[in-house]
Amino acid sequence: METDASAIPTAELAPFRPEAHALPPLSTGRGVDRAFRLATGACGMLVAGVLLLVTVFMVRGALPAFQNHGFRFILSPDWDPTNQKYGALTFIFGTAFTSAIGMAIALPLGVLTAVALVELLPRGLAKVIALAVELLAAIPSVLLGLWGIFELVPLVRQVELAIYRSPLGLKDLPIFAGAPMGVGFLSAGLLLAIMALPFILAISREALSQVPVAQREAAYALGATRWQAIRRFILPYSWKGIFGAGLLGLARVLGETMAVTMVIGNTPQIKASLFATGYTLASVIANEFTEAPSDLAISALISLGLILLVLTILLNATARFMLFFLNRRMSGVGAP
Amino acid sequence: MMTRNQLRRAHGRFMEAICLLATLLAVAPLAAFLWHLVAMGAGAMTADLFTQVPLPPGESGGGLKNALAGSLAVVGLATLAGIPVGIGAAIYMTEFARPRLAFLLRFACDILSGIPSIVMGLLAYQLLVRPQHHFSALSGALALAFLMLPVVVITTQEMLHLVPGNLREAGHALGIPAWRIATSISMRAAAPGVLTGALLAVSRIAGETAPMLFTAFGNPYFSLDPQAPIATLPHSIFTYAISPYDDWHRLAWGGALMLVLGILGATLLSRFILWWHQRHLHA
Repeated sequence: METDASAIPTAELAPFRPEAHALPPLSTGRGVDRAFRLATGACGMLVAGVLLLVTVFMVRGALPAFQNHGFRFILSPDWDPTNQKYGALTFIFGTAFTSAIGMAIALPLGVLTAVALVELLPRGLAKVIALAVELLAAIPSVLLGLWGIFELVPLVRQVELAIYRSPLGLKDLPIFAGAPMGVGFLSAGLLLAIMALPFILAISREALSQVPVAQREAAYALGATRWQAIRRFILPYSWKGIFGAGLLGLARVLGETMAVTMVIGNTPQIKASLFATGYTLASVIANEFTEAPSDLAISALISLGLILLVLTILLNATARFMLFFLNRRMSGVGAP
Repeated sequence: MMTRNQLRRAHGRFMEAICLLATLLAVAPLAAFLWHLVAMGAGAMTADLFTQVPLPPGESGGGLKNALAGSLAVVGLATLAGIPVGIGAAIYMTEFARPRLAFLLRFACDILSGIPSIVMGLLAYQLLVRPQHHFSALSGALALAFLMLPVVVITTQEMLHLVPGNLREAGHALGIPAWRIATSISMRAAAPGVLTGALLAVSRIAGETAPMLFTAFGNPYFSLDPQAPIATLPHSIFTYAISPYDDWHRLAWGGALMLVLGILGATLLSRFILWWHQRHLHA
């Protein structure tokens, strides 16, 4: 039997209408899509723009001071607003000295604490302690300064008095020179150490916990004690991460303003003694900006801010690159 | 006489003890700070603290109503600007930007988040205060917005990275336009984390003092005018802390406790949001 082609019921099939099959979201979404992409892109550019803006405006604001004094501005120890003479050295010294004290305390303390948290203490307790120290990072610096004025400074004064009266003649050492007043570099350095600690602890902890288990097992297989395993097998492995932690902590400490301003004594002098009072880049801006007698004074203070900006950008960039390459190397281990 | 083995074991014990001592020292400042804060602040927490403006030195009493309202206003303004822009930038970086551009923007954020807050204050001073020739709440809010921007971007981006790529691919397979994928799929999945990041950013800027010194400037009276100088809580705490008057010290401690409770509240709230979200995710 032959089938007649015309017998196939073609009439029942609806005629093909392409517009009925087009996907509505695609055709109606494109304009919105483009607008959304543009809007979020603008936000992204704004973030980059802030970085550009801060650089441009800080350089522009600092220009008059640098035109007036040249680059001697950075190395001159004079700060004499009445005679329009400005130099940054006193404050660079203050920032460097307080930061050095802060890091000298916070770095060993942070690393040792990280070792205790990762290697020694039970996990639950370690978690609670880590949380407590991280909470420290959430406390605004002005409140640590408040605590510094009313509790830390009197405490430091007691310690300084004890050193001053000690029969060993410790007060003749240049590092302990000066009157035991409580306010000064030591108090400022201690507060900076407290502020840097959460950062150093967090990053050191991460670096330590990234050490492969095999590394640890190898140490124990060789008969190492727990401390030997830590000292010779685990710490060397995380050394770069810890160094990055130090740089990030330092970058944070350099620009710290309020707490330092409240306990350092605010005296423009260069004295490398823990007992001496001083002045840092950030604290002189905080104290003198609103009372600056001239446009040149304002420009000089902005220049101090520019020095801070350049230092923190350099430190942060170095630390980020180190941590970035470190992570890449770590994640590269064992990967195909 | 100890054998070599006993010696290295003893040395190990000693060093472990030093590590534990360091841990104790690391926790001590927080404990001392909180103890002192509660001891000094609890007595200062009176109704007057919230309802009165500060009095001139010599008169006892007064409160921090102006600073509390000022802080809420300035932080609120900064949040209105900082959070939408930050979230938008993070969406662009994770959903649309090419990897190289996204990397560069992320790097810019990392650098921005490390810039000292006092420098951001100097920027806001030059952008608003100097051209307008007066201090203002608005300039303070601008400085705070600059400060919170990188925090919002970084946390939002990290949360968006946690959203599995499958979800986005499913959206693409259904022919959903990219902006709907970004808002209704990625952002929706990341929302609790983003909210946590936003709260973190707000609590970070709420305690900023240094940029307020030459932008918001402080004001002993009650004001909510965005074009006028305004008092903020951390700045008032600073002013009263370095003053020689006992009554002002009391105000400073009361304000400090208020600020810490606010920050602690925000932190706890964010933890609760995450916990609640996770419970519902697994239910």
